[in-house]
Amino acid sequence: MTPKTPAQGPVLRLSGITKRFGNLTANDGISLSLARGEVVALLGENGAGKTTLMNILFGHYTADEGTVQVMGRDLPPGQPGAALKAGVGMVHQHFTLAGNLTVLDNVLLGTRPLLSLSSGRAEARARLAQLARDFGLAVDPDARVATLSVGERQRVEILKALYRDARVLILDEPTAVLTPQEADALFETLRKMTAQGLSVIFISHKLHEVMAISSRVLVLRHGKLVGEVATTDTDRHQLATMMVGAEITTPAPAKARPGAPLLTLEQVSTARHGERPGLTAVDLELCAGQITGLAGVSGNGQGALADLISGLETPTGGRILLAGEPVADWTPRAALDGRIGRIPEDRHKTGTIADFTLTENAVLESYATTATRGWMNWRDARTSTETIIDKYDVRCPGPDTRIRLLSGGNMQKLILGRVLEAAPRIILANQPVRGLDIGAVTYVQEQLIAARDAGAAILLISEDLDEILTLSDSIRVISGGRLSPAFPRGSKTPAELGQWMAGQGFNHAA
Amino acid sequence: MTEIVDILLSASFWAAILRIASPLIFATMGELICERAGVLNLGIEGIMVAGAFAGWMAVYAGAPLWVGVAAAMCAGMGFGAMHALLTVPFGLSQHVVGLGITMLATAAAYYAYRLALPEVTNPPRITPFQPLHIPVLSDISWLGQALFSQTALTWAGFATCGITAFVLSRTPLGLAVRAAGENPQAVEAQGLSVGAIRMGAVIVGSGLMAVGGAFLTMSAFSSFFFEMVNGRGWICIALVVFGTWKPGKALLGALLFAGFDALQIRLQQTGLGQIVPYQVFLMIPYLLSILALVLMSRRAEVPAALMTPFNRGDR
Repeated sequence: MTPKTPAQGPVLRLSGITKRFGNLTANDGISLSLARGEVVALLGENGAGKTTLMNILFGHYTADEGTVQVMGRDLPPGQPGAALKAGVGMVHQHFTLAGNLTVLDNVLLGTRPLLSLSSGRAEARARLAQLARDFGLAVDPDARVATLSVGERQRVEILKALYRDARVLILDEPTAVLTPQEADALFETLRKMTAQGLSVIFISHKLHEVMAISSRVLVLRHGKLVGEVATTDTDRHQLATMMVGAEITTPAPAKARPGAPLLTLEQVSTARHGERPGLTAVDLELCAGQITGLAGVSGNGQGALADLISGLETPTGGRILLAGEPVADWTPRAALDGRIGRIPEDRHKTGTIADFTLTENAVLESYATTATRGWMNWRDARTSTETIIDKYDVRCPGPDTRIRLLSGGNMQKLILGRVLEAAPRIILANQPVRGLDIGAVTYVQEQLIAARDAGAAILLISEDLDEILTLSDSIRVISGGRLSPAFPRGSKTPAELGQWMAGQGFNHAA
Repeated sequence: MTEIVDILLSASFWAAILRIASPLIFATMGELICERAGVLNLGIEGIMVAGAFAGWMAVYAGAPLWVGVAAAMCAGMGFGAMHALLTVPFGLSQHVVGLGITMLATAAAYYAYRLALPEVTNPPRITPFQPLHIPVLSDISWLGQALFSQTALTWAGFATCGITAFVLSRTPLGLAVRAAGENPQAVEAQGLSVGAIRMGAVIVGSGLMAVGGAFLTMSAFSSFFFEMVNGRGWICIALVVFGTWKPGKALLGALLFAGFDALQIRLQQTGLGQIVPYQVFLMIPYLLSILALVLMSRRAEVPAALMTPFNRGDR
């Protein structure tokens, strides 16, 4: 796509937006404008201020300084209703759908006068069907949202905006939860929308997507607008450098030399919990000195597998073998005794206890075995925590700091240190770099590779296919609680893996 | 055994069910509206006391009966506004606020009673709502007595249930209320005010609870005395769960509970009452309610955002 020149003035103009949260300046005097039919990408690392800026535009936040104009008219600050009325629609990264309501009700919500006596469902249904046809957004209007896949929910979010005649659509990290095929379908929809004169702001930190869909790229770093380029005049390398402010090095692991299997699952199944699927007759072998990557769309059984390996979930069938020996009683203690190191998916909820100190958090997994006659060894604990702080470069005031005061990256480094210092034989790394800035990402990934080279068997769970492709010596795809066969490094393209992620191939592979 | 059959065949038994269920229906609909919007209103017990007093006092002071009902509703809405203010914009614990409102409203009603009637030992009576004579239907021999000898307030209770069901499932307002209880972020992202919807629901719901209380003084007992609400508010909280947050099912639950209650009163006067202490009969409706609650609510879908405060800045 080439940048189109606007027929009239810009559809949208942000001028000098500044937003502070306490000491943090999340947005620092940002200005941007958007022309009719244009896709502008907003690129930046986690915490660069992209989402804050869009939340100001949509009225979730009120800016401390600056104005928003839509079609040349000032938008009153802090009112999502006013933004919607002016033609701004937003697809939030965390969808804003009521799971217990139908698709139709979610779309209808707030579109009619509250005191009207009729729901207007009949007209809405027809209109929704028309929109779905026009933009290739097929979804059953009477389905309860909770029963839909993530890709379908995103379509509902887009339909919500289109139903309200949005002229500007904000998409916040829309592809984070999609398979490559679903992402292509989304891009197809976006092209149809821009062809009809809609303008799109596309928030992402994935460079190839930005290159594929946008006509112009704005780069945010630490709350400041650091660059603006036409997509045709730039490349991924330049964008990456602008985004991070320095050259990026991606880890390139040497060839793995896999050893004996350390953890084996034989035909293991687990129970379903509500909307979270269980595992169905899963075979998995984690070998020493090898990173096994688990690819898949979120919510396809990753949680069940992670909980199983952590010892939190008890299998309903099948066998678990540690270094070839079947384990009878599978508990968190058995997992720890089997020297399984666990980097949990959510470092705030399950990885740490927010109001405990670094020291207390560092000994959470070992206090029971290192205590002498029931008494804690606080001096040893403190010393070992100081070792972790030094060795893993945890930036903090000291081991007595409450961990909630640390940034996500530093919290993750402490968890990494806690896991690696215990010299685990098996490491479960569940989304180990999610939400970290690129420097921390590289560090964590390098540490995992070093642990692999030291002989650990690693299971890497990630929703980021690029991360899986970079780090994994062997790739398994999970879909609906089933595992694909193992694919050695380089044997499958992203598109082929995407088909597996979408659930194709499992029948004849079984 | 024949005694139970006799009870079931008597028209007064069925009339009693409708009468006992009426205050529960009002208050259950009130609680249901609050909870569908995401707010647990434990102020219900006290708000019913306040409604019982306010309605009765207004009529005792000379107001017409329906003005008494309006007075009760206003009192309930007042306490509801207090509850809403503390739990919605201030986001305080709904348990603490609710129990506080119950204590405050109960105490306020008793205090006002003592202020108004300092010398009285026997609570004065008012002329309550009289059974409404419905042409044709009330004249059917057995059925007329059993089902069509109720006061206008009882019929208003059934109408409230119908209106609640209609509004919740068929109107944009009801959709907004339900969405506020499921995912307030969804409501906000569609340009509506979560705070206004939730506060409105709590205030209206509290008004209905108070009317439920007023039924006791203005239709059932015709005077106000202490402890008269006697845990009915807590029963309504259970009825909402029993009804899986659906007005129709909650109405059935209220009728079922009232049925057990009417039955136990009558069983006390039978031969069985000579052998078994009456306290055992008093327990029956509660025991059966607990059983029914356990059986019915296993697959219940709780409003996902029930008891979750919503702050606009957080996400």
